[in-house]
Amino acid sequence: MIGEVFTWLNDPGHWKDTRFDTGIATQLTAHVRFCAFALLVALIIALPLGLVIGHTGRGRWLIAAANTLRALPTVGVLVLLTVVIAPHFYGRTDTGYLIPTEIVLIVLAIPSILSNTFAGVENVDPAVRDAAEGMGMTGKQVLLKVELPCSLPLIFSGFRSATLQVIATATIASYLPLGGLGRFIYDGLAQQDFPQMIGGGVLVAGLALVADLLLYLVQRYTVSRGLTGRFSKKRIPDARLASVTQAEVAAV
Amino acid sequence: MTALATSSSSSPLHFWGYFMDHRSTDLSWLWSHTWLSVVPVVIGLLVALPLGWLARRYRFVYPPLISLTGLIYTIPSIALFVLIPPLFGLKSLDPKQVPIALTLYSIALLVRVVADGLASVSEDTVQAATAIGFKPLGRFFRVELPIAVPVITAGLRVALVANVSIVAVSGTIGMSNLGQLFTLGFQNSTNGPYYPPIVLGIVLCVLLALVLDRIVIILNILLTPWRKAVRS
Repeated sequence: MIGEVFTWLNDPGHWKDTRFDTGIATQLTAHVRFCAFALLVALIIALPLGLVIGHTGRGRWLIAAANTLRALPTVGVLVLLTVVIAPHFYGRTDTGYLIPTEIVLIVLAIPSILSNTFAGVENVDPAVRDAAEGMGMTGKQVLLKVELPCSLPLIFSGFRSATLQVIATATIASYLPLGGLGRFIYDGLAQQDFPQMIGGGVLVAGLALVADLLLYLVQRYTVSRGLTGRFSKKRIPDARLASVTQAEVAAV
Repeated sequence: MTALATSSSSSPLHFWGYFMDHRSTDLSWLWSHTWLSVVPVVIGLLVALPLGWLARRYRFVYPPLISLTGLIYTIPSIALFVLIPPLFGLKSLDPKQVPIALTLYSIALLVRVVADGLASVSEDTVQAATAIGFKPLGRFFRVELPIAVPVITAGLRVALVANVSIVAVSGTIGMSNLGQLFTLGFQNSTNGPYYPPIVLGIVLCVLLALVLDRIVIILNILLTPWRKAVRS
């Protein structure tokens, strides 16, 4: 079986579009496009909101409300919205299926980003915040120059888990007649073509792993080394900046 | 086996009537959904406890173990479902593939939670227990594990709520659970929307998630009686 899956994936005919079938390359692009759009919108909504709620401490109920959204079964919401929205679109476009899918993907991505951003800002060491204010920074400067960089690790972990969820759910959207890599899984299932179905699974898993790896690399080079303790020459044992500062203060 | 839409009303609020009309099917789906959500978490916890202990006892085990479990958690559920049969030598659509995939997810989540929970036990407590005369095994079960309970139950809540949602996904590849209600609703909506099964599925999934979540919270309170004494 594994050999057949490999053969299916290795067949160049499956990668290019033909008159009858859409190839892997096109479906991959479509999948990435759905996900990227949803993540961008979710980030634009959730990141500023989380920063403001964390900074002011007001509107915590929004965080709790967003977290209860996670109990919703995504497939159910996807089918419900599709049934409501799709009949209003006619013709050969897939807009009727695209809109409900994007709504679900955005709603799905918001809680992870929002609650992690909030937790990141909330968990910034009060002493650091006090120091920033003591230096004469305004509230906006404290938020953007101190709290945001300090909460980046948590924001990234929220964004990465949102990305994985969005990629996974975009796959399920192919269960409704929408393109994307899930097409191969559900078409393979319908045609009892198991190499195609499992090949689709391999592609989706591969996409998720590559996306997570890319975000890991971005995180590695954007998060301050003072937070991660990633120093090239000098190796500080337990290199959280706070403990280093403490030691220096104690030495004085 | 597929219950056809015989109810007259297609209003979203008619889901209760729909439930009463197809009670036995819906209840059997709810039952299998519950089992599929709970059993993998229990097995996952039983596997994660020794692994988490190992990661705590031998620190060099921790980073590779966390990377490996993180890798499993990266794979989308539907992809993991279809990848399980070739990896485990099952037939391509085997009912066992769903619990196996969910168990893998649960282990992946809980190993980290158990290791972090054990790490939250303060060194002073461990030393005090040793000084009183606990042997390593007794100390683990009677001191370290109870103190780690709140962290572990927090992880259990996440795992259970996630499982309820993921089990519904397996309904789309034909496994019989509450996910079937969504398939039914979608198939019956070709001539205008037919809401009852879809709404019923969402309501039952959310209720199941809430009930399981509540059970774990109660379990947490029962297992950590000393926290109540401190709080009040």
